[in-house]
Amino acid sequence: MSDCHGPATATLPLPEISGKQHIVAIVGPPNSGKSTLFNRLTGLRQKVANFPGVTVEHRMGRAKLGHLREIFVVDLPGVYSLQPRTEDERVTHDVLAGTMKGLPKPDAVMLILDSTNLSRHLSLAAPILSLGLPTLVILNMADDLHGRGGEVDAAELSKQLGAQVVLISASKGTGVEKVFEFLNAAPQHLPPKPPLLQLPVLQDVPKVRDWAANMSRRTNFRAPAPPLWTRRLDGIFLHPVIGPLVFLMVVVGVFQTIFAGARPMMDAVANAIQISGKWIEGTMPDNALRSLIVDGVWSGVGAVIIFLPQILLLFLFIGVLEDSGYLARAALIADRTMARIGLQGKSFIPLLSAYACAVPAIMATRTIENKRDRIATILIAPFMTCSARLPVYTLVIAAFIPEKPLLGPLFGTRAAALLGLYLLGFLAAIVTARLLKSTVLKSTRAPFILEMPPYRWPTVTSLVLRLIDRARVFLRRAGTVILAVAIVLWVLANLPLHDGHAPAIGESVAGMIGHAVEPVIRPLGFNWKIGIGLITSLAAREVIVGTLGTIYGIEGTTHSMGLQAALRQDLTPGGAAALLVFFAFAMQCMSTVAVVRRETAGWRWPIIQFAYMTVFAYVFAFLANRIVSLWF
Amino acid sequence: MQFPFNKTHESPAGPRNLTTLKKGETGILERIDMSDIDAQRLMELGFLPGHTVTRAHAAPGGDPRVFRVDGSEVALRRETAIHLILR
Repeated sequence: MSDCHGPATATLPLPEISGKQHIVAIVGPPNSGKSTLFNRLTGLRQKVANFPGVTVEHRMGRAKLGHLREIFVVDLPGVYSLQPRTEDERVTHDVLAGTMKGLPKPDAVMLILDSTNLSRHLSLAAPILSLGLPTLVILNMADDLHGRGGEVDAAELSKQLGAQVVLISASKGTGVEKVFEFLNAAPQHLPPKPPLLQLPVLQDVPKVRDWAANMSRRTNFRAPAPPLWTRRLDGIFLHPVIGPLVFLMVVVGVFQTIFAGARPMMDAVANAIQISGKWIEGTMPDNALRSLIVDGVWSGVGAVIIFLPQILLLFLFIGVLEDSGYLARAALIADRTMARIGLQGKSFIPLLSAYACAVPAIMATRTIENKRDRIATILIAPFMTCSARLPVYTLVIAAFIPEKPLLGPLFGTRAAALLGLYLLGFLAAIVTARLLKSTVLKSTRAPFILEMPPYRWPTVTSLVLRLIDRARVFLRRAGTVILAVAIVLWVLANLPLHDGHAPAIGESVAGMIGHAVEPVIRPLGFNWKIGIGLITSLAAREVIVGTLGTIYGIEGTTHSMGLQAALRQDLTPGGAAALLVFFAFAMQCMSTVAVVRRETAGWRWPIIQFAYMTVFAYVFAFLANRIVSLWF
Repeated sequence: MQFPFNKTHESPAGPRNLTTLKKGETGILERIDMSDIDAQRLMELGFLPGHTVTRAHAAPGGDPRVFRVDGSEVALRRETAIHLILR
């Protein structure tokens, strides 16, 4: 499953590939070890890119071939055939045919197949060889094949196929030098000789399969014994009673880790940001530039970077689950429950991840092949209570709800309120999913098919590469979009200048904007100050806390009060309830909008989603204000 | 809304299909009663007429179920498995 996705998308400067550069494509079925080989060949010299106009991504990397020589390697989505039925297959087909925009036709192909499942995987050799490109056939997982008593004659297969064949283990690294040899000679490769067996009619799956069976028979392929450990482990993980318990433990473990486990690291990052901010403040003269850097940039960008440890931890978890093969089992167990809201098992892990942050969750939906299910999952993911809502919830709850024990000393009114908000988001997600799946995203009857890969040890390299890539993407966003917003906000809060001094917040441009939106948000019980917070929180939800802090800090009347006390001055209980409900439902997060745009390859879905969630939030915040105001 | 457990689909008099296989039982696939595109996808995963299919584990509650076919294991929902007819 880890083959066809993983790292996040980045724009690759494709013009780098000029006339002299050679490109070799890696093709193979899912779970054949494509990514592992790709990582072996390219290491950190890799990037993920999207082809223009399609949501399918491919990875591009440079393999070092000794003395300053490099070759481009492109890792294509995992496919079983080149019949262009799904988008993945179409992309792979177009790249290999040389008709993909933005990528020249590859000079050679590396076809990677799982040698333990050779009879079936060889089916892909037929359409690949018929392309007429120089081809290296890589039989992967040699260690597993031999370990389970299987055998194949690579030399004979090479003769039969009319192409070079190597037997390797990409995860152990054995035989990879032969792949490098092929890459080294890539410019001089000749097209393959025609295979000894006439290639079958490619559209006819049974015929292709017969051809593959014939091939493997002629090369003395002995299928390995069934994977004993996988069966044993499935006996536990898919046990009718123990299976769900393990599943529950995994879910709770993930949840606990992204909340409690990440906390010390997040605190450390927060401290580092605060201390470095203080240090900058101390070293710079008191002027506008200092204010811009400390109040604008440092606190704005810092508020987002705090989430880095949480995101990395989450991806470490997903990486282990996915590479080990457990994720497929989790999807199987979750499928029945997810089917009730019109989704499927593969939506489960992304939705769980969304409790940490919708951005990685939306990236994680790449495991869902069914496009409609994937979009539905993307559209409901931001309803899950992400960690950026917590600072807002904590502040408002602490300000308005007195702590009283409900069920014992550990579960009081405040915890209940927080739990209620989690439930609220969850319910909104279910309602939305049902709505989507019964209307615009009604599933095409495409059947739910889930392959159960054998269990394997995750490799440290692949986990580390994945984390580095995540961190890179996340920090790049913090350094661009969020930095820009922080600067713009700071400028708006400090203009127009009065006698060279920043204006009172109410008279600043930001304040004027707040006053301008006040009529719209007054029915929810919000005033202009909350209005500024709502606008700034479009960048990221938790920014409202900082914004309110700034506003109350600048303002005379609330200057000496704590944030909670100041908030009580400004909001009625009804308004507070409305604020909580609004934050539970609204899509106050530019990063999410950006990632949805990228993952759905267009503005259509993010715009619909943003409008829907905002209207949803407005309506329910209005109701919350009215209902709560009846009593308080 | 989907009813993955809607047993009314399963008529005992109907043709034997993948849902009638008990755990560990093996059958030989006769045909796939689905659209060409869906049938081709299933065939690429190993559900080929004339090949054997063995029922393996299942999700709690019995749906979806895992089938061993052509060297790999593939899970299908009941709503799909019912269209894979056995000899």
